[in-house]
Amino acid sequence: MAQKGTWTVKTGLAEMLKGGVIMDVTTPEQAKIAEEAGACAVMALERVPADIRAAGGVARMADPTVITKIMEAVTIPVMAKARIGHFVEAQILQELGVDYIDESEVLTPADEQHHINKHAFKVPFVCGARNLGEALRRIGEGAAMIRTKGEPGTGNVVEAVRHMRLVAGEIRRLSNLLEEEIMSAAKEMRAPYDLVLKVAREGKLPVVNFAAGGIATPADAAMMMQLGCDGIFVGSGIFKSENAPARARAIVAATTHFNDPAVLAEVSKNLGTAMPGLEIATILPEQRMQERGW
Amino acid sequence: MVAVIVGVLALQGAFREHQLMLAGLGVSSAQIRKPADLQNIGALIIPGGESTTISKLLADYELFDRIVSLVEGGLPVLGTCAGTILLAKEIEDSTLPGLGLMDLRVRRNAFGRQVDSFEEDLPVPVLGDEPFRAVFIRAPQITGAGPDVEVLASYNGRIVMARQNKMLAVTFHPELTADQRLHKYFLNLLEVS
Repeated sequence: MAQKGTWTVKTGLAEMLKGGVIMDVTTPEQAKIAEEAGACAVMALERVPADIRAAGGVARMADPTVITKIMEAVTIPVMAKARIGHFVEAQILQELGVDYIDESEVLTPADEQHHINKHAFKVPFVCGARNLGEALRRIGEGAAMIRTKGEPGTGNVVEAVRHMRLVAGEIRRLSNLLEEEIMSAAKEMRAPYDLVLKVAREGKLPVVNFAAGGIATPADAAMMMQLGCDGIFVGSGIFKSENAPARARAIVAATTHFNDPAVLAEVSKNLGTAMPGLEIATILPEQRMQERGW
Repeated sequence: MVAVIVGVLALQGAFREHQLMLAGLGVSSAQIRKPADLQNIGALIIPGGESTTISKLLADYELFDRIVSLVEGGLPVLGTCAGTILLAKEIEDSTLPGLGLMDLRVRRNAFGRQVDSFEEDLPVPVLGDEPFRAVFIRAPQITGAGPDVEVLASYNGRIVMARQNKMLAVTFHPELTADQRLHKYFLNLLEVS
């Protein structure tokens, strides 16, 4: 009998997205521009993170009308965001038929202690993580894909770089531990023992890991790929820039040809102005989206 | 086992899984991103991924004509999922530029969206009596095949695996399983004269 919503099917879609760029879009027109530029998926939103940051207040799941229109506009997979812990928003998104749910710190958390039990859903989830323990807690809850948190809506890649380097460094450290040291490591990073053991043995995360949060240029995307990410989320970076179609195409090319400086130099030309950037130190700690999630 | 290098199109998608599968069979592989990478390969795999993304990158980096002429010249090719879409002569309801190499008509996302993705034990007689664990992810279906095409597997009346000479099209993902039989079957096509 055909089995739907299995772990293989959930993680498998993430495998198919690898080497690609997932772009935030707020209208069907933007979704078409993203698809035309070669995006491997789009994230359907009411507002991009830079606007959510500027607006303040409580940010929630997008209006289903917006999501449905975007799903009708393109043939590539469509993702949508639910608030951390808001399992009913996730139920609604699954009912709409979105292809992936991002349980996202970009929206205002709905639960200050618990994330969604993602095993209970047929639709797969992606979650943000700043370090290995956080990534493995999310995978333990059923996330089939991980991304760095970065600091969304800033156009500043520094936090995504920090999170990616930290995860990679922790994996390297785990690989050198003796088996009797794994339990203590699991306790320190507050992560499920079996997943910590698996990472220690295999030397890699058990699911696909994308970069997200602050990516604004082709060079940013290629840097994250060279640091070992499997693919790229671009939030505000495309549609907050001067020439969105050109920048979208360039970031797609840079993600494929991330190890080819000649291609990177070529695609970085004549893109117009990138989105305005924010220095992380100017954002009060309690306003940093990456601090959301537990 | 096979002394050639198998090129794996590495523009986007699950290309590393195919390389791991080949490595497990003792076969060398190379990632293909530009025309120059196509030199010295003895076979080509077009992996799963997003067919629109892969199609655009094929066009932008001038790979279309080179791949078509190599395969028309006899280079064996395996397409999985998006790879099958790109190999087909006709893509339903789509203006997506493909390679148009196999006499197939395909329908994209034919089983539905991701919540309808599934896995199933699929009888594939050319791979032996044991069924193959077929993983279908937003998979296409082959809705028509020309007279030179041999149908190798069907699911609910739809073709999901087909061969035309040394070209093999599969709508599911053998690279996501540990079962090497489908890749072995493809590598055996290299020996066929």
